[in-house]
Amino acid sequence: MKKLSKHSIKGFINYGLVIVLYIIFQILASAKVLTNSLQGLLVPICAYVVMALALNLVVGFSGELSLGHAGFMSVGAFTGVIIASSLKNLVPFGPARLILAIAGGAVLAAIAGVLIGVPVLRLRGDYLAIVTLAFGEIIKNIMNCMYIGVDSRGLHFSITDEASMGLEPGGTTIINGPMGALGITKISSFLAGIILIVITLFIIQNLVNSRAGRAIAGIRDNRIAAEACGIPVTKYKMMAFVTSSALAGAAGALYALNYSTVVPKKFDFNTSILILVFVVLGGIGNLTGSIIAAIILTVLPEVLRQFQDYRMLVYAIVLILVMIITNNEKASAFIKGLFSKKAKKEAA
Amino acid sequence: MTEIKAKKKQEVKLVSVPSPYIVPERNAGEPLVLEATHLGIDFGGLTAVDDFNLGMSKNEITGLIGPNGAGKTTVFNLLTKVYQQTRGTIFLGGKDTIGMSTTQMNRAGIARTFQNIRLFDSLSVEDNVKIGLHNSIDYGMWQGVFRTPAYRKQEKQAHEKAMELLSIFDMQDEANVPAGSLPYGAQRRLEIVRALATEPKVLLLDEPAAGMNPSETSELMDTISKIRDDFGIAILLIEHDMNLVMGICEGIVVLNFGRIIAKGTPSEIQNNPVVVEAYLGKNKENKEEKNPGKKGGKNR
Ligand SMILES: Nc1ncnc2c1ncn2[C@@H]1O[C@H](COP(=O)(O)OP(=O)(O)OP(=O)(O)O)[C@@H](O)[C@H]1O
Ligand SMILES: [Mg+2]
Repeated sequence: MKKLSKHSIKGFINYGLVIVLYIIFQILASAKVLTNSLQGLLVPICAYVVMALALNLVVGFSGELSLGHAGFMSVGAFTGVIIASSLKNLVPFGPARLILAIAGGAVLAAIAGVLIGVPVLRLRGDYLAIVTLAFGEIIKNIMNCMYIGVDSRGLHFSITDEASMGLEPGGTTIINGPMGALGITKISSFLAGIILIVITLFIIQNLVNSRAGRAIAGIRDNRIAAEACGIPVTKYKMMAFVTSSALAGAAGALYALNYSTVVPKKFDFNTSILILVFVVLGGIGNLTGSIIAAIILTVLPEVLRQFQDYRMLVYAIVLILVMIITNNEKASAFIKGLFSKKAKKEAA
Repeated sequence: MTEIKAKKKQEVKLVSVPSPYIVPERNAGEPLVLEATHLGIDFGGLTAVDDFNLGMSKNEITGLIGPNGAGKTTVFNLLTKVYQQTRGTIFLGGKDTIGMSTTQMNRAGIARTFQNIRLFDSLSVEDNVKIGLHNSIDYGMWQGVFRTPAYRKQEKQAHEKAMELLSIFDMQDEANVPAGSLPYGAQRRLEIVRALATEPKVLLLDEPAAGMNPSETSELMDTISKIRDDFGIAILLIEHDMNLVMGICEGIVVLNFGRIIAKGTPSEIQNNPVVVEAYLGKNKENKEEKNPGKKGGKNR
């Protein structure tokens, strides 16, 4: 009999967790228990979960720090919007357009990842953190002065104002500078988000447990030893970083196509840090933790809205508790103990 | 200790192939697998190694000895390009290695262990060995993600190969343990297995017996000889344990203040007044005081 490895068991747990969460949220939604605002959070939650998983590939498995992952999300978001808007007539079927938009967002974000990774990842030291930080800000500022529209002749660009795009009378403006993308048709759905999470888990988990994943983790654990084993360090750092960028781009497209408008300011430094917080709180290198942290910390501010005055206080306390529980061995052993006792009782 | 001495085998005669190299007589006509000429490196004003010459032929074991700080580990770092040399050349399998990186040196056939153990601590013992096997597997990233037949086949082969290599030191049972949680001696053995997994022509061992007790050391000696015979590779080892060095090395190179002060067979070295003065001491017992492997983090 073939024994299941520890890796594959862990992998199944994550798929199972996502599917169970999908069912729970679906039941809550159909029972009308979810408030409108929570209902509206379902797709963003999925996008943030994908972001957290993607960033964990860089921070947890590759051991590099990225402080600008929202920048890749932004590239994916606006690429996705442009693709979805300009294909409106060509591909009227929403889900098909969504797939194209997400794929396009992933590809462009991957290209951005290559452009950053090639010069930076060959250096030793934490240069990636600095450069990605700058990248996030640069993308935000570029998108702030981008005007993109579409008419029967195709796409039009400008970096000065809307009028200078020279759109035909029937043309539509897709991106309007600092006002961002307007008039987006919402084609994202909770189900699409869940599927994207499952695909993300599939890619990351299988990558991590392959030849490339071992090399990536080896470089993180001991760069010199990895080199002495004949591992090409830059190649594998690139692989992790670009894969992560592409997934972030996909998450961005999913996110943007859930709203009617998206502004470039949404994908700023604060968002990058928020995603990093999901990863750190969930436990570095811990995919299950990333999923749970991203969900809780996205839902929590919404749920606490009724306790207006104490909201940030409770938020802070929960942050601290989550950090203690996920990163402290004794605390997590205690929690596990609780669960296993429960399991034993149930079994008895 | 006497038991270890008893194992000492018939001493091999050394011959000079184009001087300044010496190799065992049986390899006299053979090409050198590793050849370092006039190798040297300066750190700022400090000359750590200077005019280092070494030729290694296949399946020979050579010892590199000398007092603490003599530059032994620095020689290893030069031979693996962890440091780029200031002077001199390194030929590996007859090819000049100028401009090559540590990664390329390993692919060209040189593998090593580290004085300050460098394992992939959070990975399992098996995965450590599999990283050593990295370049003998060739399925790509997407084949790994989609678990294609090539992935399955090669992973199975890698698993079998890793187990076979681990069996050299009877470590198959620890395959799933995180490398960082192994006892010290086992970590050193795992480093040797990992290095062997890269299929080297030359194996560099930096104080492989450090921290081991006499019986472990004696076992290690047998295994190193066996590895040499089974794999037919050249082994260069740094060691402070003179029983081990004198017991298994055919040739010995003595380093002091970054320069070679003597080379020859174990008995020649033991009776060389310069070496006795600089390192071995009049009374051989003082080697016990040398505390190998306990120095700070500078050694790579
Ligand atoms: N990166 C470095 N920068 C500056 N000096 C260095 C560096 N690496 C080694 N040295 C110096 O080179 C000399 C040789 O050091 P090395 O580690 O090679 O000695 P060793 O013979 O291996 O000693 P031990 O027996 O204690 O391991 C020492 O004086 C050391 O301080
Ligand atoms: Mg040393």
